[in-house]
Amino acid sequence: MANTTIFDYGAGNLLSLKTALEKTGLTTTIATTKEDLTQADAIALPGVGNFTASLEKLAPVKETIHTKATQGTPILGICLGLQLFFQTSQEGPGEGLALFKGEVKQLPATTVKVPHMGWNTLSIKKPTELLEGIAEDTYVYFVHSLYPDPKDPNIVATQTYYGQTFTSAIAQKNIYGTQFHPEKSGEAGIQILKNFAKIIVR
Amino acid sequence: MPLAKRIIPCLDVDHGQVVKCINFQNPKSAGDPTEMAKRYSDDGADELVFLDITASSEKRDIMRKYVQEVAKTINIPFTVGGGIRSVADARLILCSGADKVSINTAAVENPHLITELADAFGRQCVVCAIDVKRNPTTTATSANTKNTINTPKGPVWFEVVTYGGRKPTGIDALTWATEAEKLGAGEFLITSMDKDGTKDGYDLELTRNISEHVNVPIIASGGAGEPKHLYDVFTEGKADAALAASIFHYNNYPIPKVKNYLHKMGVTIRQQ
Repeated sequence: MANTTIFDYGAGNLLSLKTALEKTGLTTTIATTKEDLTQADAIALPGVGNFTASLEKLAPVKETIHTKATQGTPILGICLGLQLFFQTSQEGPGEGLALFKGEVKQLPATTVKVPHMGWNTLSIKKPTELLEGIAEDTYVYFVHSLYPDPKDPNIVATQTYYGQTFTSAIAQKNIYGTQFHPEKSGEAGIQILKNFAKIIVR
Repeated sequence: MPLAKRIIPCLDVDHGQVVKCINFQNPKSAGDPTEMAKRYSDDGADELVFLDITASSEKRDIMRKYVQEVAKTINIPFTVGGGIRSVADARLILCSGADKVSINTAAVENPHLITELADAFGRQCVVCAIDVKRNPTTTATSANTKNTINTPKGPVWFEVVTYGGRKPTGIDALTWATEAEKLGAGEFLITSMDKDGTKDGYDLELTRNISEHVNVPIIASGGAGEPKHLYDVFTEGKADAALAASIFHYNNYPIPKVKNYLHKMGVTIRQQ
């Protein structure tokens, strides 16, 4: 059975992601070390904490994640986990994983309430296995104050509107990321995680 | 499409059982937390709130147990509140699987707790619950020191009350909300003590004024008796989410029925 390794940043709620992934038939491991990640069939970077603070925790495994990314290991970043795929963030200093070019930016607090909290819709920009069975305008659950702004428009899988249009999911080869929380998005979220599970066992 | 307005059933929990209180008194048993969470989630609830009123030395163990069960059962967000007084208390709840914690009296008595929680878990985890009572602005003193709001029943100011409504604090709710937002509150749960349990509709003036005062989401609570009340609080009350208990508990108005109504009335609602 395929196993997903959830990388632990040391704060917040990993349990919901773990439970949701297990509902798709995957087994999960919570990892804090390089060794755990090296053996992973797939990696999930969950969505809790602060960009700069998380970089510290990520520093010892940065190279390992890069190696796994190049080797084709499926990687799913959720919320902050997705933001960490990029180079820099307006949330704080430090260089992210830089798997993709681009900056993580603040939502415009002048026009909308921030954090963007609640259910909003997906506008699908390109077909990807991660979103198989997900219809246009499906509602998913968001909790965030920042969003990724990729340099390369080809990686954008979905967009969402909140005060402005932003990238709400990306997909590029074996790297997937969602700004929303599939583990909190009801049936639609479970479908997305099931799709990820399918990608792993393929 | 814009962000959907959220419908949030609230479950008051006492010794691991859901109860319904009228005006914060006389608990009446309504069911098992996990079963009810599952039912609401299947019904299309956007989020759930558990408020724990257990007064017992085993409270932490009782809470951990059902929070874990609920987290395993549903995959929509849920908040847990009731007696969270420290980062350690909050950690226990969040590590058991809750997405947010709600703090009320503890925040009023120790505002710095909001900052500690926001620093530890991120502000999106921190729901600042405020229980509010209307007071007529009669004296010159209250007119000078409080935010006076004109209502059909005359000028009023909104007072923060703590300990489940038992203790008036003299604190202006609008001033407190502004301060709590600065300290790190990611969301407000505003309960009208005047309306709670009446099924008479939300306090729209209260909700609207707080919503216009702060730049984080507002959950309105207290007074929901029929779908029209939710419509009113989303439109006139400018709430981002509406919390209700009894109208859902006894299946008077199942969630899909309420959502259909709101959708027909032009409110942006997530429908399954």
